[in-house]
Amino acid sequence: MTPQPGAVLRRGSSGHRQSLFGLLPSALPLSGGSVSGLWLLAGFSLLLVMLAGCSGQGDAHSEIRIGSKKFTEGVILGEVLTGLATAQGLEATHKAALGGSRILYNALRRGEIDAYVEYSGTLMHEIFAGESEAAFEEEGVQGARESGSPMLPPILIQRLAADGIRIAGVLGFENNYALGMPRERAHALGIARISDLLDHPRLRLRFGSEFLERADGWPGLAAAYRLPQTDVLGMEHELAYRALATGAADLTDVYTTDAEIAHYDLVPLQDDQGYFRRYQALVLFRLDLPERVPGSLDAFDPLIGHLDAPRMIQMNADVKLGGQTEAEVAAGFLRDRLDLDIAVRAETLWDRLLRTTLEHLVLVGVSLSGAILVAVPLGMLAAYRQRLGQGVLAMVGIAQTIPALALLVFMIPFFGIGAAPAIAALFLYSLLPIVRNTHAGITGLSPPLVESALALGLPTRTRLWRIELPLALPMILAGIKTAAVINVGGATLGALIGAGGYGQPILTGIRLDDLGLILEGAIPAAVLALLTQWGFERIEARLLPRGLQSRDG
Amino acid sequence: MFELRRLTKRYGNRVVLANLDLEFHAGRATALIGPSGCGKSTLLRLLIGLIQPDTGEVLFDGEPLAPERLAPLRQRMGYVIQQGGLFPHLTARDNLGLMPQHLGWSSKRIQARIAELAELTHFPLDGLERYPQELSGGQNQRVALMRALMLDPEVLLLDEPLGALDPMVRFDLQTELREIFQRLQKTVVLVTHDLGEASYLADEILLMRAGQILQRGRLEAMLQAPADAFVARFIRAQRSHSLESNNADPALAQGDQA
Repeated sequence: MTPQPGAVLRRGSSGHRQSLFGLLPSALPLSGGSVSGLWLLAGFSLLLVMLAGCSGQGDAHSEIRIGSKKFTEGVILGEVLTGLATAQGLEATHKAALGGSRILYNALRRGEIDAYVEYSGTLMHEIFAGESEAAFEEEGVQGARESGSPMLPPILIQRLAADGIRIAGVLGFENNYALGMPRERAHALGIARISDLLDHPRLRLRFGSEFLERADGWPGLAAAYRLPQTDVLGMEHELAYRALATGAADLTDVYTTDAEIAHYDLVPLQDDQGYFRRYQALVLFRLDLPERVPGSLDAFDPLIGHLDAPRMIQMNADVKLGGQTEAEVAAGFLRDRLDLDIAVRAETLWDRLLRTTLEHLVLVGVSLSGAILVAVPLGMLAAYRQRLGQGVLAMVGIAQTIPALALLVFMIPFFGIGAAPAIAALFLYSLLPIVRNTHAGITGLSPPLVESALALGLPTRTRLWRIELPLALPMILAGIKTAAVINVGGATLGALIGAGGYGQPILTGIRLDDLGLILEGAIPAAVLALLTQWGFERIEARLLPRGLQSRDG
Repeated sequence: MFELRRLTKRYGNRVVLANLDLEFHAGRATALIGPSGCGKSTLLRLLIGLIQPDTGEVLFDGEPLAPERLAPLRQRMGYVIQQGGLFPHLTARDNLGLMPQHLGWSSKRIQARIAELAELTHFPLDGLERYPQELSGGQNQRVALMRALMLDPEVLLLDEPLGALDPMVRFDLQTELREIFQRLQKTVVLVTHDLGEASYLADEILLMRAGQILQRGRLEAMLQAPADAFVARFIRAQRSHSLESNNADPALAQGDQA
């Protein structure tokens, strides 16, 4: 039987319809063209999977992959490193705003990125928390306090080497934690030192999520000062500033290079018990990088020791308050300080929209196609093998109960960062509606029809393909439609782990307090969800034979 | 053609057919009749292997209806149920072509057979491209009958095929069915709850109650010599509200007293 894809969309004609069925096990005969539509969908998806595979490859051998944390300073420094490498004639890409410290460090350790900017305190008190903190403390921080000049403890360098990582050098500024309060409010309450907070237990504390959890953040601080506050919530670091500005919060954690400190007129409280550690910015790279890309280390050299705190604060302000892009600010720095001319690749709104749309479509398309390919057979299996079916339904049900955000993070150990873990999470999320509907579609078939097929003497496989699947098709398609619409929304979360898509402008918009950027992700995502809904309704109308459509429809 | 040997069928604790020995002869039309739940439909479903007996066996053409041989054996039987059992996602023509296609018939042969059966069942040719929901009840049953006859089976098993039709359509179809039975000379087993239909369509009637055969034979014989009081009551009940029962039937009255 020759496959004739064109015939798939024909409907209601005589009994000679041929279809993609021909590609499937044995000669699954003719007609039942509606089911072949499913395979058309699946085939389309495979194509997407292959495309995604190709685009994900890149030339890993000569390319430097710079990573950055998902806050403005991180992204600017990522752009600076990328610009330095590019100026040396090296091929460099910037995987921007991939996530928090641990995600970045693990990505570097596993070789998903080659270099990024980290802070010494974060390494010693967060990444290696509990490992050899005492030793770090003794060798480095104490010594640094006494001498007044920062030094990196040798034991930290050994610890990094054990992970295949080295420090290229320190940049020349520190970005420390502090607690910040609006100046007027601090004055009114008579608060100047962190110890003064002991007298104000009702204050509303709003911290960046990472600070709230980190060993060297709120838990340690609260314990060290025995702070009594209970109204403590975590949120996006940038949103906490706005909460302060609108009076919805009293206190937040600030990074000392944040432009907002000056902008919102905040006072950093004095750390009178010396709790906060020091966070020197430094460039981390993989040991195999200089070998793989000769000259790559020299490229970072001009930056080492040449970026001071005032300049960093200014750059942060230019992006967050001045409306420039990270790339523009980075290029400006390279031009002024290092005399390097980097062409800023200006991405227009349409370029960006096209890119995020493609990224989003790949996330949705690949995960959904994979889910269709797996979930429809699973649903069938569940329908025909009852006991196994209960297990299958329970398992995909459990996958659905995991919060999307958590599921996304659970995928990182298996798939690293970027599109792959997001696709895996979306795939798992799409299984339930499709498995459940396939199962319900088949088990809900009217008994007289099932028996009529038996009584005709049709063998099992023919009954399945010609009768039972086509009759269950409306249910199966409805399940796929549900999965697709959920998927379009869920894919926006992928940006949290570097998967791109419509979530990226939304996250960047939140970080920069830029409503335009937020809408740039939110509106297309909503439109895509509506289009998906509409598209699947069209597909249903096409695939379902007249006999299965309601008569008044 | 069919032989039931010491056959028992239970649903849970309820015995539907009890230790039945029965034979259906080739080329004869037999009607199974009896009150609801008497086991007549169960009996029919056993003959085509949709359900299996708990004890005893069913022989078809001298051979046991073993589960692994069911599919080919079913191709020698045609089965029609009350609502037709046509597949709603296929046109009438595709419903008819399903099984022949599976067997590898040429398209020409299939279309010729469909044309032949459409004539036999007085089914309009333009209805063949319609879906079951676009056909009337009577037309649905005609297509179902055609589908059952496609492979020219030796046996026709009909489970209340006219039960859901309005009286005029039903009357027409009864007339046509009788012609068809007489022309084709197939072994027919018909389940019905209508004594008139049973006697009009079948060569003999098998009256059942609670899984037992009470009486087997022609209606005239039952009227003259009902096997027991229940048979007499069953026959009277079937006739009491029909038009001719306004005139008392002496034979029936006699049977009632027996």
